[in-house]
Amino acid sequence: MNENPATVGEAVIAERRLNMIEAINEALDIMLERDPDVIIMGEDVGYFGGVFRATAGLQAKHGKNRVFDTPISECGIIGAAVGMGAYGLRPVPEIQFADYIYPGLDQLISEAARLRYRSAGDYIAPLTVRSPFGGGIFGGQTHSQSPEALFTHVAGLKTVIPSTPHDAKGLLISAIEDNDPVIFFEPKRIYNGPFTGFYDKPVEPWKKHPDSVVPEGYYKVPLGKARHVREGEALTVLAYGTMVHVAQAVCEAKGVDADILDLRTLVPLDIKAIEASVEKTGRCMIVHEATRTSGFGAELSALVTERCFYHLEAPVERVTGFDTPYPHSLEWAYFPGPVRIGEAIDKLLKD
Amino acid sequence: MAEPAKPADTNRPALALHVPEPKYRPGDRADFSHLDIGQPGDQPRPDEGVHPSQISGLAYGLIRVLGDDNQVHGPWNPRLSPDTLRAMLGHMAMVRAFDERMFRGQRQGKTSFYMKCTGEEATSIAPAMALASDDMVFPSYRQQGILIARGYPLLDMINQIYSNRADKLKGRQLPIMYSSRAHSFFSISGNLATQCPQAVGWAMASAAKGDSRIAACWVGEGSTAEGDFHSACTFAAVYNAPVILNVVNNQWAISSFSGFAGGERTTFAARGLGHGIAALRVDGNDALACYAAAEWAANRARGNHGPTLIEYFTYRAEGHSTSDDPSGYRSAQEREEWPLGDPVTRLKKHLIAIGEWDEERHAAMDLECAELVKATTKEAEKNGILGHGLHHPFHTMFEDVYEELPWHLEEQAEQAIRERITKFGTERPFG
Repeated sequence: MNENPATVGEAVIAERRLNMIEAINEALDIMLERDPDVIIMGEDVGYFGGVFRATAGLQAKHGKNRVFDTPISECGIIGAAVGMGAYGLRPVPEIQFADYIYPGLDQLISEAARLRYRSAGDYIAPLTVRSPFGGGIFGGQTHSQSPEALFTHVAGLKTVIPSTPHDAKGLLISAIEDNDPVIFFEPKRIYNGPFTGFYDKPVEPWKKHPDSVVPEGYYKVPLGKARHVREGEALTVLAYGTMVHVAQAVCEAKGVDADILDLRTLVPLDIKAIEASVEKTGRCMIVHEATRTSGFGAELSALVTERCFYHLEAPVERVTGFDTPYPHSLEWAYFPGPVRIGEAIDKLLKD
Repeated sequence: MAEPAKPADTNRPALALHVPEPKYRPGDRADFSHLDIGQPGDQPRPDEGVHPSQISGLAYGLIRVLGDDNQVHGPWNPRLSPDTLRAMLGHMAMVRAFDERMFRGQRQGKTSFYMKCTGEEATSIAPAMALASDDMVFPSYRQQGILIARGYPLLDMINQIYSNRADKLKGRQLPIMYSSRAHSFFSISGNLATQCPQAVGWAMASAAKGDSRIAACWVGEGSTAEGDFHSACTFAAVYNAPVILNVVNNQWAISSFSGFAGGERTTFAARGLGHGIAALRVDGNDALACYAAAEWAANRARGNHGPTLIEYFTYRAEGHSTSDDPSGYRSAQEREEWPLGDPVTRLKKHLIAIGEWDEERHAAMDLECAELVKATTKEAEKNGILGHGLHHPFHTMFEDVYEELPWHLEEQAEQAIRERITKFGTERPFG
């Protein structure tokens, strides 16, 4: 952990800077400490501490009954977590890559998401399924996908995607305390540093970013509240995860006075923040890394059009990944980077 | 240069695909003499802490207690008191009376759907009685016997079947998909075998907390083909979970015979052996054998010796559900030819044989059950029946999707209520 003391007047404030992995690890540690019903399980999360190190040290500190490895069976991981939730635990299963979540879909969609409803509140499924998602790490088609729209389509699930270490910790604590099942997608491209999309430039570490300042101890970032990344007048940018940083960097590079919203939670969505921003700017660009057709951008575009139509001065623009599998060697051709985003901005602002 | 790969042999024989076919189809004479059902009392009863590898024979044989002489045989006799036996018989009679009435209710248009468990009553009632009342059960859709055995009110069952105003599940679930936390009875899904890893997870949680309660799930032999069942076995074995995995092999999954779940090749109990799970195969129409097997498995789980897979070998005497007509795919003779008889008749004859029951009392009990169900049905009908009115306020449709209503569901709830007013006006409260 980095400790960068900053001086404010006479007082010295320990401005702790963490990367996203450290922030997530800390949130898990705090929740294991605070709530004896929280348990963590998943492939390689125990002794080893996870392939991305998100659970490092937690088994040694909290014991094998609280943090343990599982068989390679996503169906079993989610299914067992539903049963544990019915018992009264608050499971935080990890799915090693979002690309591997599909064998657990029936347990998520038909079971976890429906349990409160179908039992009229007799049973709940207070799970938080953590899973690294997104590409830009040369992960090929099976370590790069962004399947968030599959989950936002499911009534009963909440979908949360942080974009900074500060939010990752606070949102994860909120998700774990939430009594509904939450899909918590962690943009793995920005685990170690905010990515601007200029893949040919050197990587910046988190410690240079203001949102790597992570308070110690317990705090929450509420679900359903967007973060205003930047105030502006020219156009609204709706983004989440990695793409918040990419969109912001492109707007800066082009000198565009953008109003940028980091949605943080896709369901429930902060519709008020979206409406307020689009009503102000009259132009809206939606950016996500996932494939285009039926992506969450389609939902956002529809909402903006339905609710802000008379404020719009240009058609809503979606900037997304292409409708292909994530190609290994051509991932930067797939990725909605500065060129694609730049074109959309030009189109939105041309009149 | 590397050696070339082995060249293709042009004289290779043609391969053939095996598509299983049941022995008997409509119109065929059913004959089950090929089944090896052993003899009552011929299977050993090992200590509950035994290593699964030492009892592999029990996964292929058949644990039987009640003989054709209506007496108990062998080491699996659970030695139940006459009072317990009568209670068991009473539960089975009640389930049968309930099934009859609800089936007719569906035919009379009072609800959309019903599923009987005729012939399989022992596979839920006996294990439910062998478990403690606070052990958690994760049933499939044909375990109404558990609720009856645990004293769940008939009125609540019927209200649920009618999806009426008093339905505790607010009319959201298909009939018979009950849920009762107060009775340690998990919400029934309808998606098959999903309850298996959930039961294992519940049992793991109980063990992790140092609790003493165990879990049990029920799944049909057909659904053991689902990945969930195999995930459940893996997790149960890996974590030595205090769980009982009950497989009700009633021979038929709608129109597909057990061969489509692999039943031609081995037993369903044997599924446990590859996982290192203790496995028992039981005469599912012998309530005493069912009780004994469940009691053994419960003792094993409670003693921290781990999971047990029990196959209840039985026969689905009726259709899969009210939406099914088995005369279209299987021989009508199968039910009468089934070599292990009827579970209610067998238990009744045993009680009579030991001088603890008689035909008069049995007839009186059947009548009492039928009358109680009839009276409760009438009581339930006062709360409405399916399709006659929209029984629940429209806002309830949006509740419990999440703990709190997010804005989009609030908006949709307002729309639904607006639509109701458009259709019915503001005069009618609802329904």
